[in-house]
Amino acid sequence: MSKDNNSGLIMPAERPSSLITRRNALMGGAGLLLAGCDQINASPSVKSLLSLGEKATHGAQRLVTDRNALAQEFSRSEMSPVFRQNGNQNPGTSEYNALAANNFADWTLKVDGMVPNPLQFSLAQLMTAPRRTQITRHDCVEGWSAIGEWSGVPLGLLLRRAGMSSNAKYVVFHCADSTGGLPYYESIDMIDAFHPQTILATHMNGAPLTVGHGAPLRLRVERQLGYKQAKYVMRVEAVASLAGIHGGKGGYWEDHRDYQWFAGI
Amino acid sequence: MATHYAGSEAGGAEGKAGAGASPLIYRTKLPVRIWHWINALSIFVMLMSGMMIFNAHPRLYWGVYGANLDHPWLVISHRGMHGYAQIGGFEIATTGFLGYAQGVAYAFPPLVTIPSTYSLADARQWHFAFAWVLLISATLFMAYNLISGHLRRDLALKREERSISHLWHDIKEHARLRFPTGEAARAYNPLQKIAYLGVLFVLIPVVILTGCTMSPTLNAAFPWLPELFGGRPSARSIHFLCAFGFAAFIAVHLLAVVLAGPFNELRSIITGWYRLPKERSK
Repeated sequence: MSKDNNSGLIMPAERPSSLITRRNALMGGAGLLLAGCDQINASPSVKSLLSLGEKATHGAQRLVTDRNALAQEFSRSEMSPVFRQNGNQNPGTSEYNALAANNFADWTLKVDGMVPNPLQFSLAQLMTAPRRTQITRHDCVEGWSAIGEWSGVPLGLLLRRAGMSSNAKYVVFHCADSTGGLPYYESIDMIDAFHPQTILATHMNGAPLTVGHGAPLRLRVERQLGYKQAKYVMRVEAVASLAGIHGGKGGYWEDHRDYQWFAGI
Repeated sequence: MATHYAGSEAGGAEGKAGAGASPLIYRTKLPVRIWHWINALSIFVMLMSGMMIFNAHPRLYWGVYGANLDHPWLVISHRGMHGYAQIGGFEIATTGFLGYAQGVAYAFPPLVTIPSTYSLADARQWHFAFAWVLLISATLFMAYNLISGHLRRDLALKREERSISHLWHDIKEHARLRFPTGEAARAYNPLQKIAYLGVLFVLIPVVILTGCTMSPTLNAAFPWLPELFGGRPSARSIHFLCAFGFAAFIAVHLLAVVLAGPFNELRSIITGWYRLPKERSK
């Protein structure tokens, strides 16, 4: 009986199918094609096959490039008139708001993990530390580029001061911001960590960092894409492996959106 | 249908209307065929994933910087449900094709992108994996071209083909859709050679170099790259123009295949065997 009811229900719905237009058939066919393509895209084995390309790119870039090569530096006349903000533009937490309200006088940067002497720096200490100023191009993964002047403390200087265990392989940057409850963090290898242009910037275009650009401290790792340039850095941690940290892939975008960890292209 | 001058035709099978008279020749060697299909696959994947990457920031600039508050020379976007393309000062309504199509507001619609739903991260994985396929196969094919003599023998324009009058004659013949027949069809014709040489020596090298110029790591190691193209945003623009060039080549190439006889052309690029078109009676 229920079967009869069902078929009775189905019949009227089937009737309009005789009204299939060529356009609908075309779009239906296209829909099937798209569904097929998306199934291929979602397949784990396809994903791991494609990631061979990512590994090849990472390996090849490290192989053919001088590891100390400097990113191009520009003159003031070549700077973007307006350097757009991107990603999170204010952590907005009560802790962060309290720090910002006091001009980050109570803010501290922790340097810890696999270092013999874990350290803490106030913003005033970082301001008086030896610094590097560079006018470089910021390349967003989306495709836009902006040129700005960054000034801050070379990361290598802080890491050497803390002393680095020879077992440490990566430097992780823990940030004050989060997206949908998931904290922002990033990581780089020792080649980039000790690169002379890798700095923890306190200033942009001659003024202290604005909240929109990552106040009071953001990473500049000039040979990689924008999402590696972590803003609102609170803690620098030396680690042997990225496996135990959050999603284990070395960054917010890497964990949650499948972006490449090595953002050299 | 079948006109009967059968019998007078040597070896002609009955009812074949003399088709047996034009010989089947081995025209396309195996390395050429292998490269053709690997390259076709990688170009298609790279065009489609490239369009998804473009969707992330559908604006192009000239110079050393370029972002939302700067001046693009090309924008593909939408106002509400109206898609448009802006090139220089001109704006073209493109609803249904670009900017807004299939109910979504992206520069390129789901039908032509990999993946079909917005994912810059996935598109990049496809793009960079197949970039290796393109790079390696193009390098090997280039080496084959030089070593085997394919370039000198089959692709380079012969002395007599290099004159303006000869090329003009070939253009007119193409415009009338009169393709070479008989013995002349054994070799590529001059316009065909120019198209293939353009892909091999202009589009592929320039698309690879401008692609590398978008890499901040390669820029640092090889500063001549951004210098060569006038900055990273310029390189991105040229990369996009190369993609347009590939799309235009594919359109003309497929049209030529259809007009020249798709069965015969497909047989020659799959098996290598090609039936010479019968000499046209003048």
